[in-house]
Amino acid sequence: MANERLMERPATLAKDVQIDLLAKMLLGRRFEERCAEMYSLQKIGGFCHLAIGQEAVSVGAISTLQPEDYIFCSYRDHVHAIMKGCDPGRVMAELFGRDTGLSRGKGGSMHLFDAGHGMLGGHAIVGGHIPLATGVAFAMKYQARPQVVLCFFGEAAVNIGAFHESLNMAALWKLPCVYIVENNRYGMGTAIERASAIYDVAQRACAYDMASETVDGMDVLAVREAIGRAGDLARRESMPTLIEARCYRFMGHSMSDPVHGHYRTKEEVEEQKLKDPIKRYFEKLAADGLIDRQGFEQLDAAARRIVDAAVEFAEHSPEPPAGALYEDVYSQPYGSYTRSHQ
Amino acid sequence: MPLITYRDALTQALREEMQRDPNVFLMGEEVGVYQGAYKVSRGLLQEFGERRVIDTPITEEGFAGVGVGSAMVGLRPIIEMMTWNFSMLAMDQIINSAAKMLYMSGGQFKIPMVVRGPGGAAHQLAAQHSQSLEGWFAHVPGLKVVAPSTPYDAKGLLKSAIRDDDPVIFFEGETLYGSKGEVPEGEYTVPLGVADVKRAGTDVTIIAWSKMVSIALKAAEALAAEGIACEVIDPRTLRPLDEEPLVASVQKTNRCVIVEEGWEYSGIGAQLAYVIHRDAFGDLDAPVTRVTGADVPMPYAKNLEHMAMPSPARVVQAVKEVLYIE
Repeated sequence: MANERLMERPATLAKDVQIDLLAKMLLGRRFEERCAEMYSLQKIGGFCHLAIGQEAVSVGAISTLQPEDYIFCSYRDHVHAIMKGCDPGRVMAELFGRDTGLSRGKGGSMHLFDAGHGMLGGHAIVGGHIPLATGVAFAMKYQARPQVVLCFFGEAAVNIGAFHESLNMAALWKLPCVYIVENNRYGMGTAIERASAIYDVAQRACAYDMASETVDGMDVLAVREAIGRAGDLARRESMPTLIEARCYRFMGHSMSDPVHGHYRTKEEVEEQKLKDPIKRYFEKLAADGLIDRQGFEQLDAAARRIVDAAVEFAEHSPEPPAGALYEDVYSQPYGSYTRSHQ
Repeated sequence: MPLITYRDALTQALREEMQRDPNVFLMGEEVGVYQGAYKVSRGLLQEFGERRVIDTPITEEGFAGVGVGSAMVGLRPIIEMMTWNFSMLAMDQIINSAAKMLYMSGGQFKIPMVVRGPGGAAHQLAAQHSQSLEGWFAHVPGLKVVAPSTPYDAKGLLKSAIRDDDPVIFFEGETLYGSKGEVPEGEYTVPLGVADVKRAGTDVTIIAWSKMVSIALKAAEALAAEGIACEVIDPRTLRPLDEEPLVASVQKTNRCVIVEEGWEYSGIGAQLAYVIHRDAFGDLDAPVTRVTGADVPMPYAKNLEHMAMPSPARVVQAVKEVLYIE
């Protein structure tokens, strides 16, 4: 069994680490709630895909990384970027289309990049970034760098050819990439049962003799442990893993999609909200005596202050100058094209 | 100067650049053990080993994307398309990822990648293996597109492409691999974005690239016997396009014929004709004329294939048209 290759990992976490995971999920939640608000005020344009309800996956997974490790994301990338260390103000500024944004206003919600923090982008073609992550893992092995690459994508992406092509090469060549399926049950408005011949996405790993695991994506500790094991396998043995994190998005596919409608019922969404990863994790920490309601409120207030500051920063940031239009198409100037000086 | 083939000139460029920079690697179908479907990578596996000469599964999108990802973090991939006909499968990675990465990351991630392989028709390979797709790629901002016509240019341009920090689409002429030309022994490069006059003349400017340069030169030779002096200019790089020498030549000859192996509709020649009209309209004594591949999928039958391709005779005819001789 491929799963036997996964290593054991001690589960006991220091108290401050456990509390920090809650603080991070709260920050992600408050940040995205404010994104929704700013979108409705038309401060944010374009497509805006929120990950409210899925915080345990990004927070749990990215909490296992070292600063020099890399992540790739789909277009639902705000929380991932912040968890990887990107400045929330610069993330919000990017959503506002400002020059101070992570991608200098050229990328927007779906294309957050931050070279300094190993954030290799939000990518907006479903599954199109899976080969890129495989390529970064290839480079890590080529250069004998003991790093790991996490590649996040939704369950709909496993049906595209690039997923199969990438996992085949990663297993064949033993590349240190962890492929993380954020299975929120719906590819836009199409339920997995209507799009995928196999319900258990992690099972696909057997086609590549790859280690795999299915994990409760609403449980931040479970995600952290699974990704930690996969990360060890990548770092120590340069082997890839496919992790299926079963989660749920509480919002629509994007801001133009209602919370519930043609493809899912209000009852279903309400039932899933009972498993809210933040509420559930707080209750566990409280039961363990690590935090109380007052402690929670303090963390929440701190998250709201960070988000307030991020919005403030974005609001007061300039739009890109007109000259930026032809900047960074090519790395050297030619014709009307110029190069920014990063 | 040694006389070597276009194929061997390309191999020299690959070898020299791989020797020069350990971050350069070659990846594609059959590039290693098989020594390259067209033998461009002959001997490289033996010299550089499996770490740097990587045989891939048949998965164009996958390994093109591996190239892009590796380039994001400091490697300099050379991705071989066994033929450009297969590149459609990799278009998402080349256009949505490679071409746009620098821009949509606000200048943070360069993609110093070369995608190279044979393009154009060969001999009766029919519709799915006889295409000149340089117009598709030249359409996309963020890509550079190169199409050398001689062994000298092939080596010098490939070396420049490998050293370039942007994604370069490098079209090799499938039927040019065996053609010979003079190539210096020592190190040299041909810069991207610089056109070259392949034959000087005063009566008509013929613009052609890749395999079409030899067609144009044959036509020019035939026309010279009739006292007509054609200037043949090869842009060599289709993007960035070295417009000034093309325009200057037409300002001198007042007539222009563009020869393109690909389809006429939305082809590169349409852009070239626009540039000539924009900058040399007052100098033109006749409308710019184009000789292109027929606007059909390539047929298999030998006679039909011949009819579908630009030929010296068609170029001669076009030159006479712009001279109002016939």
